[in-house]
Amino acid sequence: MEDCLAKKMEITVSEAEKRTGRNAMNMQETYTAYLIETRAVESQSEGQCAPVDSLWRRYSEFELLRNYLSVTYPHIVVPPLPEKRADFVWHKLSADNMDPDFVERRRIGLENFLLRVASHPVLCQDKIFYSFLTQEAGWKEMVNETGFQLKADSRLKALNATFRVKNPDKRFTELKHYSDELQSVISHLLRVRARVADRLYGVYKVHGNYGRVFSEWSAIEKEMGDGLQSAGHHMDVYAASIDDILEEEEHYADQLKEYLFYAEALRAVCRKHELMQYDLEMAAQDLTSKKQQCEELATGTVRTFSLKGMTSKLFGQETPEQREAKIKILEEQIQEGEEQLKSKNLESRDFVKSAWADIERFKEQKNHDLKEALISYAVMQISMCKK
Amino acid sequence: DTSLAEVNSFSPSMPISPSSMINQYKLEDEPELRDLFITVDDPESHITAIETFITYRVVTKTSRGEFDSSEYEVRRRYQDFLWLKSKLEEAHPTLIIPPLPEKFIMKGMVERFSDEFIETRRKALHKFLNRIADHPTLTFNEDFKIFLTAQAWELSSHKKQGPGLLSRMGQTVRAVASSVRGGVKNRPEMFTEMNDYMETFSQKINVLDKIAHRIYKEEREYFNEMKEYGPIHTLWSASEEDIADSLKGVASCIDKCCKATEKRMAGLSENLLPILHEYVLYSEILMGVLKRRDQIQGELDSKVDALANKKTEKDLFSEEIGKLEDKVECANNALKADWDRWKQNMQCDMRSTFTNVAENNLHYYEECLATWESFLASQTVDLHVEEDSEDKP
Repeated sequence: MEDCLAKKMEITVSEAEKRTGRNAMNMQETYTAYLIETRAVESQSEGQCAPVDSLWRRYSEFELLRNYLSVTYPHIVVPPLPEKRADFVWHKLSADNMDPDFVERRRIGLENFLLRVASHPVLCQDKIFYSFLTQEAGWKEMVNETGFQLKADSRLKALNATFRVKNPDKRFTELKHYSDELQSVISHLLRVRARVADRLYGVYKVHGNYGRVFSEWSAIEKEMGDGLQSAGHHMDVYAASIDDILEEEEHYADQLKEYLFYAEALRAVCRKHELMQYDLEMAAQDLTSKKQQCEELATGTVRTFSLKGMTSKLFGQETPEQREAKIKILEEQIQEGEEQLKSKNLESRDFVKSAWADIERFKEQKNHDLKEALISYAVMQISMCKK
Repeated sequence: DTSLAEVNSFSPSMPISPSSMINQYKLEDEPELRDLFITVDDPESHITAIETFITYRVVTKTSRGEFDSSEYEVRRRYQDFLWLKSKLEEAHPTLIIPPLPEKFIMKGMVERFSDEFIETRRKALHKFLNRIADHPTLTFNEDFKIFLTAQAWELSSHKKQGPGLLSRMGQTVRAVASSVRGGVKNRPEMFTEMNDYMETFSQKINVLDKIAHRIYKEEREYFNEMKEYGPIHTLWSASEEDIADSLKGVASCIDKCCKATEKRMAGLSENLLPILHEYVLYSEILMGVLKRRDQIQGELDSKVDALANKKTEKDLFSEEIGKLEDKVECANNALKADWDRWKQNMQCDMRSTFTNVAENNLHYYEECLATWESFLASQTVDLHVEEDSEDKP
């Protein structure tokens, strides 16, 4: 991890600003821009502070970066971005993208994303990523020039399309199953958490109604007056305390959401492997059938029923020259096919190896992060009780 | 005249819970001074050709001389309690007679004979009799004694005595007539103050009652959601290895907090809600008592006015007026004394109820705190163990 970018460079997303501009269809729009600040760590010595570089980026540019990374490193579980739209909201939270609380939580999420990429042993070395952090102008063009969009396999977009793979890799199947389970359980958890938060908010806020009544009541009582007054005051404090409590809980929810989206990324890697495996099998099948055809033509025997066999029976056989030509073409194709198959096999093996390495890394990270998250949740509960 | 047909005992025995026993004694005077102990329990349903109704067992233990025996056990139905209350009101128009539970609760989905409804009513009836027993004047009321001691047939024959329906109606008509005219004109300052106080108090207590019910409802909904929250973590732990224990730990913490919430809710429904409701009813009763006092005053005032107009028959009038003046003075004094007593009790009740709620809340938070802290301790121990084992070569 020593040559990780994160160690060499301090990265923060420090501010968010509302902007208006014109979009691709020349219509006016409002969006939020985020300030990315970077500072080299190495050159810091006692008292000397390195200069801070900064540039502004908007959410769609982050999306572009992530798409590029996903396509370019299909075997890597690429860190997810914070959610595009507010999801799992409970009634007090606004679902509006322009809401300051949402923007603030997104700012933190974007910073987290950059730090995760910067601490990834493979991703941090990517040049496009580096320029994202350091080069404001012309970055978009640079990304598009890599032509990554052509590499993106459109078949992956069909989320639920299954590729019938004859020899699936068991580990990947299990992993995909796990990622599905993780997605389902975390989203269920987040939904219930949102409902619980809603209810808890209700309980606290209704207590606030006590405050006014107690204070009004205390006005007509002589002996009990003081007691009622202070009780009323405490009710108000109690009711107000829920806002901070739930804000902190939102942070916990965000941590869980990160892993919800990570599960998606994990699944994507599995699907890419599936696709790769599928292509491999198709290529192998194609090769086998071509070889068979070649053999049939060479020996003149029709082993399997084919349209060719039928037509030749009906319309007479081909001339030897025709046959020779066909055989030659087929042989070329076969050679090509064999080379392709070889390289595909290699590709696949490499993919599996590096993917698996990354998956192990991801697993460790996940376990560590989730454990910390659960612990901090406990800490939050404790502090809430203490209040 | 009770069960002609089957006596159908449907409810499981509902012994009075220890906490309500304590409440019974906490009512006011120290236990040692009490010489009359009453309990209301064991609701039973009776089905006749005409109707179905519930009777409650009323057990009285006493050391008082005027009672022939030291222990009595009778069965009474809600109608009988109503009768007792109206007799007491008749005999002591300006005393504060404790509230009875309402006839039929319209709000909510409470069925007339649901267990919850019967239990709530039973507790309120128990309170009602004990409050009467603790009242320095009412406790010696003859109808009260008969209520506690008479067998069913004795009670019903006693009920038939006394001023008939028509004469009672006559009284009501006269009372309404005089109330139209006033009693407000010459009302002593003290009672105007009482009236103002009661208006505000009544407002506030009603709002409090509503808020308390709302809080109970919100807590119930919170509890329902929480019940689902814990098990999700257990479900998740099934797919994990390393963090399975942590997840299970969180699940168990949440479940424990859930149970603590249940306890908290039970505390509310056993304590705060019934008391607030009782005082809502009390505020109505008190307004009624103040009105009756005004009526009595009104009778006097109208007679005095009549005297001022009719210069003749002075003697007759002055005797009547003398009687009425005494009546007014008695009523005022009775009310004043009872008012002070009621006020004291109210403050005592409120203080102890709110303190109880606060204590319950404290216990709730302490329990949750302990649960999460022990989870935290178990996790950090694991973390340290992990770190140590990682350091080892």
